[in-house]
Order: sequence, then C-alpha cells, then structure tokens
Amino acid sequence: MGIASRFEGRELACVRGGRIVFARLAFDVTGGGLLILRGPNGAGKSSLLRVMAGLIAPAHGALIWNGEDADADPVAHRARAAYAGHDDALKPGLTVREHLAFHAALRGADARHLDAALEAFGLTALATTPARLLSAGQRKRAALARLIAAPAPIWLLDEPTNGLDAGAVAKLETAIAAHRGAGGIVVAATHLDFAGAGAATLDLAAMRAA
Amino acid sequence: MNAALALIARDVRLAWRHPHEIVTILAFFVVAASLFPFGIGPEPQILARVAVGIVWVVALLAALMSLERLFQAEADDGSLDLLVGASAPLELLALAKIVAQWLTTAVPLIAAAPVVATMLNLPPEGFGVLMLTLILGTPGLSLFGGIGAALSVGARRGGALLALIVLPLVVPILIFAVAAVDAAIAGLSPRPHLFLLAGLSVFALTLAPFAMAAALRQATE
Repeated sequence: MGIASRFEGRELACVRGGRIVFARLAFDVTGGGLLILRGPNGAGKSSLLRVMAGLIAPAHGALIWNGEDADADPVAHRARAAYAGHDDALKPGLTVREHLAFHAALRGADARHLDAALEAFGLTALATTPARLLSAGQRKRAALARLIAAPAPIWLLDEPTNGLDAGAVAKLETAIAAHRGAGGIVVAATHLDFAGAGAATLDLAAMRAA
Repeated sequence: MNAALALIARDVRLAWRHPHEIVTILAFFVVAASLFPFGIGPEPQILARVAVGIVWVVALLAALMSLERLFQAEADDGSLDLLVGASAPLELLALAKIVAQWLTTAVPLIAAAPVVATMLNLPPEGFGVLMLTLILGTPGLSLFGGIGAALSVGARRGGALLALIVLPLVVPILIFAVAAVDAAIAGLSPRPHLFLLAGLSVFALTLAPFAMAAALRQATE
C-alpha cells in the first residue's frame, strides 16, 4: 500500500430495481484518508459501498485507482478492497480463529496476521469459541477482525459500529487509525461520529437533491 | 487454488460438526426407497426389475436436499459477498463448493446404496455396475445441481424451483445409469453406457463452474 495511493469515483450512478439510487456521484480519497458516508436510510450508502467493493457494477461512471480504471482489472480491484457488510458472515459451527484463518486463505493472505487480528478486537480469549456462542457485539468484532487477518489497502465498512459497545468502538477507532497511519484508505457508512481526525464527509442525501 | 482448498476444508469441517444434516439425508434415502415395496408389492421379480431405477431416483432426490442450502446458506449469512468479493476466481470457488458437497453428500449416499439395493432385491450381477454408475454419475448430478442451486439463490420456494431446474438436466444421467446396470444384469457389456455417463459428468464440469459463477454474481448484485 504505497503512500501515493488514491481511490476515486467519477460520475457514478447506481440503479436498483429500476430506480436511480444515486447519480453523478464523485468521491476522492487518498492514502491515509477516511471518507464517511452519510444520509438517511435508503440514501444509497450500502449500494455505494457495494459498488466500491466491485460487488455491484455501476450503471454509469468509473472507479479509479491511482489514475487507472479499476474495471480494467476487476480481480486486482477485489484484492485491494476489503468489504465488511451488514451481515457478519459467521458459520455457527466454526470458531473465531477458524473464520479468520479461512478468510485469510480465501484472500490469499498468510496466517501471520491472525494473532494481531484477534488481539486488535479483543478476541484472543474467544479464539476457540464457536460463533454460535458469541453475542451480537462479539460477532461484529469477529467480522471486523477479518480486516486485519487479510490486509487490504481499502476498507469498506457498512455501519461498522452496529452492536458495538464503547470499548469495542474504541478498538475499531484504533484499528482504523493504524490502517490510515500505514497509508490505507477507509470508507465507512455510519450514523455515529467516530474516528474523526481529518475525515471527509460525503452526504448522499445532498447528492440526490442535486 | 489455496482459496478453493480452504473452502473445501471449511465446508467438510462444517458438515462434520453438523452430522445431523447428512444423517437426515441418508435416512430419507433409506426410508423413501423402502416405501416402494409397499407401493408396488413385495414380489421379488418386480422389485428386481425396478431396483436400479428406485436407487437412482431416490438418491437424486436425496442429493437435492443438500443442494438447496448449498449457496442459499452463504447468501443468508453474508458469506456470499465475501466469496464473490475475493480475488480468487468465483468459478473455482463455486467448483470447490460442489466438491465439498459431493464429498459430504454423494459419498455417504454411494456407501449406503448397496443396503438399499439389497432391500430391493437387485440381482447380484448388477451391484458392481450400480456402484460404478453412482461413482461416475453423481459428480455430474452435483454439478448440474449446483447450477440450479446458484440460480435459485434468493428465490422464494427455492427448493421447488431448484427441483424444476435440476431434474430435467439430470434425466440423461438417470437414463445411462439405469441402462448400464440393466445391461450388466442381462449379461451385456455396460461399458458404452458407463462411458456416456462419465462423458456427461465431464460435460457438466466444463459448463457448471461458469454458469454457477454468473448466477452467483447476479445474486449478489
């Protein structure tokens, strides 16, 4: 993740079920930056994150990484974008550590970040606990720990503080600060004010009115 | 490649930790097959004539039970986003899901088939070929089934839709499997039928990964 990294969206439009969710949307984040997506429910925050992750093809416009069209090499783009959605994607029968190890293998990372990932979200004591025994907040922490288990330059977080207590939010802020300090990019959709320093805000409600 | 192996290992481990799923499927296989003697009468000659067909049709329906949740479970808990969003080719990951499904469902069904065949009075000379048809035909069954499973993600009544998509696709497998065993019982060579059966599985292998990946990308949109 070079210091000079830059993630842009130009003229983005998204159509869901025949309805325009957003259009002519632009964003620009550079390495170390944090972009907060705001807007009421249904404003398209989640859709925009899924577009950024390469899960939805934009109806119009392009994602640009370091000046190059991300769509030219979608595999490379998926490798650099780590998406943490609403759902925790946890299997009841697998332990926290098994989830992180699988995720690292899935994304082609080696296992050396597992302990750091468990540590960062206070999961070390829960490493061998099956997901079915975790509380909602612990599940969310396990889902977020994937970001550290398989490092990627862009973090795309959809309501990452949902279900987290104050201590866990602080851990998330620490993880985000460390990621940004290493030149990483974070885009987060959230209602809360968190992890603030130097954050840019994109208001999707304003986009729609325009 | 490591991603695919990790996915196979994860699914096999999950199946191992939730053994009630395969136990339910095996119980369905045995119980459903055991209904036929009640329905068509216990005459050994009649049962011997229809035994292969029953074993194959019931195995087919039992396999459908595990296919229904194959991709739907991933979509329900959000794992599908992580699989589609991984940099590994989705075709390879979908194939890995099928390999795991085959290992955890088809292999136990194949192992239970001799019991069901004995119950239905299959002539002894048909047993070896029946096992061969299951080994050669079930990969194709899982692969065609995977296409249906991927297409029915997110659909209401997905199980019924899955059956409607998959059952017509697997008719050729059923025809050649039964023909092979019938040939062996009649003292003829089952080889041509077995080759065609293997060919159908290879055909499914060339087609299914791409069809599954396209359907799964559509499902995450």
